Amino acid sequence: MSLINLGAYELNELIKKKEISVFEIAKAYVQRIDEVENDINAFISFDNDLVFSRAREIDKYIKDGNDILDFTGIPIAIKDNVCTKGIKTTCASKMLSNYVAVYDATVINKLNRHRFLMIGKANMDEFAMGSSNENSAFGVVRNPWNLDCVPGGSSGGPAASVAAFETACSLGSDTGGSIRQPASLCGIVGLKPTYGRVSRYGLVAFASSLDQIGPLTRNVKDSAALLEAIAGYDEYDSTSINTDVPNYKSFLNTDIKGMRIGIPKELMIKEIDCEVKSSVNNALRMLEKSGAIVEEVSLPNLEYALSVFYVIAPSEASSNLSRFDGVRYGYRNTKSRTIREMYKKTRAEGFGPEVKRRIMIGTYCLSSGYYDAYYDKAKRVRTLIINDFKKAFLEYDVLISPTSPTTAFKIGDRADDPLTMYLSDVCTIPVNLAGIPAISLPCGVSKNNLPIGIQVIGDILREDNVLKIASAIESEVKWKMNLQI
Amino acid sequence: MGKIINKKDIKHIAKLAELKYSDAEIDKITDQLDKIINHITKIGQADTSNIVPTSHVLEITNVYREDKVRISFTREESFKNAPLEDEDGFKVPKID
Amino acid sequence: MENEFADIKNEYETVIGLETHVELSTETKMFCGCKLSFGAQPNTYTCPICLGHPGSLPVINKKAIENAIKIALALNCNICENAVFHRKNYFYPDMPKNYQISQFDMPVGINGYIDVDMGSYVRKVRVTRVHVEEDTGKLIHIGSTGRISEADYSIVDFNRAGTPLIEIVTMPDIKSPDEAKQYMITLRNILLTLDVSDCSMEEGSIRSDANVSVKLISSDKLGTRTEIKNLNSFRFLQRGLEYEVDRHIDIIKSGGKVIQQTRHYDNKTQTTMVLREKEEAHDYRYFPDPDLVPMKIKEDWINKIKDTIPELPSAKEKRYKDFLGLSDYDSSFMANDFEISSYFEEVLKHHDNAKAACNWIMGDFSAFINKDGITLRQSKITPENLAGLIKMIDSKEINGKIAKLVFEEMYNTGKNPTDIILEKGLKQINDTEKLEKIIDEVILKNPDAVSQYKSGKSKAISYLVGQVMAKTHGKANPQIVNEIIIKKLS
Repeated sequence: MSLINLGAYELNELIKKKEISVFEIAKAYVQRIDEVENDINAFISFDNDLVFSRAREIDKYIKDGNDILDFTGIPIAIKDNVCTKGIKTTCASKMLSNYVAVYDATVINKLNRHRFLMIGKANMDEFAMGSSNENSAFGVVRNPWNLDCVPGGSSGGPAASVAAFETACSLGSDTGGSIRQPASLCGIVGLKPTYGRVSRYGLVAFASSLDQIGPLTRNVKDSAALLEAIAGYDEYDSTSINTDVPNYKSFLNTDIKGMRIGIPKELMIKEIDCEVKSSVNNALRMLEKSGAIVEEVSLPNLEYALSVFYVIAPSEASSNLSRFDGVRYGYRNTKSRTIREMYKKTRAEGFGPEVKRRIMIGTYCLSSGYYDAYYDKAKRVRTLIINDFKKAFLEYDVLISPTSPTTAFKIGDRADDPLTMYLSDVCTIPVNLAGIPAISLPCGVSKNNLPIGIQVIGDILREDNVLKIASAIESEVKWKMNLQI
Repeated sequence: MGKIINKKDIKHIAKLAELKYSDAEIDKITDQLDKIINHITKIGQADTSNIVPTSHVLEITNVYREDKVRISFTREESFKNAPLEDEDGFKVPKID
Repeated sequence: MENEFADIKNEYETVIGLETHVELSTETKMFCGCKLSFGAQPNTYTCPICLGHPGSLPVINKKAIENAIKIALALNCNICENAVFHRKNYFYPDMPKNYQISQFDMPVGINGYIDVDMGSYVRKVRVTRVHVEEDTGKLIHIGSTGRISEADYSIVDFNRAGTPLIEIVTMPDIKSPDEAKQYMITLRNILLTLDVSDCSMEEGSIRSDANVSVKLISSDKLGTRTEIKNLNSFRFLQRGLEYEVDRHIDIIKSGGKVIQQTRHYDNKTQTTMVLREKEEAHDYRYFPDPDLVPMKIKEDWINKIKDTIPELPSAKEKRYKDFLGLSDYDSSFMANDFEISSYFEEVLKHHDNAKAACNWIMGDFSAFINKDGITLRQSKITPENLAGLIKMIDSKEINGKIAKLVFEEMYNTGKNPTDIILEKGLKQINDTEKLEKIIDEVILKNPDAVSQYKSGKSKAISYLVGQVMAKTHGKANPQIVNEIIIKKLS
């Protein structure tokens, strides 16, 4: 068995036993990347030599007798919207194609304490806006299960790189499903933590009140461990939660007997593929067999979630992305004679169509005369959605739904129809609006060999319940991986 | 579905957002935005009387830092990604 | 001119509202840990946060909020328990994020007022809001004239970007340029007393925008207003407004219409000029900054801050009147200028004679510094030395006449009065034996005056005293001399 087939915790054990060196791990992954990256295009920045020199440094660090933590020497890909000092951080945009980050994001600082092995910066939808990874200035990412299909988005690179064994795990960001949906489409595990659980400092903002960084891994245990490594209070992020980080790994493989699971009927809508539905239902039956109580529940206001999201996220984005103006960093149209001309040309040329579209939507929703009807109204409906979840969690420990209504779709299929594309996130978006945690993990494979994901949603800071149920699904539901590469 | 957004609106919004659409692009974006905004107006149907807007899902208040000096950039760091600079600062074209 | 203005005032009413920006003198910026530094090498006091780098986040400076609350309390405002930071969105190259973190409908303080003492009356100026925001960077326009419209290009320095800024907005309660100036003086004095800003005019740490309109007294309809931007001295504020009021009246008189404009005061020409026509309806798209959480300003916090507020000028004035026994005019003079009152009180710390201290400061001292165009603190006389001088007069070590000489020497050299008196031998002669000898000589040499005195012309005694003073080069204690002569001649 090759090293690349091992999960992070298995590698960690081998490193601890001194059975393998980090350099060997690096070599195995670099070799794999050499083999498949042309097909997958999961990375924007990837440098063999840098990976090897880092690996050697970590080996020396270990040799010097330092503590080996969960992610010491473990290859992790970082979504290219997380700032990494001295390394290009492009957000997959022409706007930042030459931008070298001037500081490390808090999550990078935390992982650096582990001496993790940064394998590269992963491709994504430009500024994390998209559900297919087709909106990248660095080219589409292909799904390792079927190279004609999208990997999902916006964390398409982080998801595809994990699924294609180009890295052991990765960090992505999730604003409306950007970790869970690609995890689902690539057949891996993706976790969006509670809003505020992980510091956003150094994550290039899309929608500040919705963004969270989270792990993409090949199994639930790695997910729990990686969350543990990156979670925690940060004085640089006013919205980070100041409570202790639990030992998430301890919630795995526990008895789920008597745990109460709600199935929001608003997320089991007609748009969900039959195959997806039946896979999810199959998983639910397994959970029932393990002693969980499964019931249908109604969260009536979820029907507004997509609309609410497409007011709030673009509104915040329109303001967050104003800073990209060509003055202090990033792309600049150099032929402009006046500042206004420079702004317009820089932004028109530097941003891709989807980013511009969302800036336009957001600017409209915040503009004078429309603020009350759109932005303010959306924030009120958001409260209704939160209240629905609050009510549901009085009765249930977790809620379960499909992650994505469909399996991976063909590249180009939805590219020209923004609204249909937006519908890809219908099951994941409500979670971000409520700020609650959710995981997506594989629960089956479709007839045409594409993975199907199931979403487990918990209450605020109840990642424990999410992990308990996810772990049960992982051990009970069997499926077979069959990559095209 | 009635038109909510027309080309004039698009031009106005683009101006606020410092974006620019060519004449060739403008019909397409107008049409796309109109469809999206039409979809969004669905939120109008929700009854939000006596409902307060949510800005933050967490009920955190009063987060401050102490008035203590932290290390600033060096000049080089300041200008590291600058598209155009001179001795004294970031150069920008004439302000109009 | 004065009268002309008064006449116009009889016919027209001037309505002025001010928006004043004050840079706080905290150690660090509003939302990051960069040090505040005026005049440093450009762009060296910046970081990912105040340069608006992707991914950076703001965190509120607690001291700045406390200072804002302090100011709001001193301006008699209600403190809003729920205060929120909003984003004000507009593109300008001195704005690192192209939005300014500011406050919108939930500021720190609302509904306050300042009593502006106009001498013969008090103008109550209502303060609608006190809010906190971040300052922008600085633009330098490069071109032949240095003017923005004629520049070839501009340079941005972000050292100032993110400096904590307090905005104080008044109702249009101000009725004349003079009141506007007095309002600014009063406000600045309060801020200096609170020790929250250096209020330096030259460095632009306090600057005002003025909204002005003029209407016929007989009319209910408000006039169209214009705004004069960035008035950073009392004089510019007054002159700019005077010019603008005259301009409005001229337009109205000639049957024209005032156009809503933003204008700029040019001190060279002493006129205002159009900066831009009526805002093409600015749409700032305010919304609560999702990167920051709301503030919750509770009673106990407010009370803690209240305890740190020093005695304010209005309370000082009352105390000077009631407890130090100064006249109305003197109390006002001493209390309503932070530099004077702080100097005055320091003098009192060293020697407790308020009336004398007040007289010196308002009299000789003011005359000297006014002549040289400097301030009390810039002069060479320390409060301790002035106290020493007064103490010597009070203990009769020197008399008033000598004191004036000593004062002048103190002013010129900065030496302390004891040294001056020793050096110059100016100590008052109180020794009766020594004086009697001199008096005897004077009586002998001036038989005429003596006989005049004895024949009932009591005035003659001052001639004799004068002679003694002359002989002692002014050092004799005139009272003692007076007593001895009377005794000797009776």
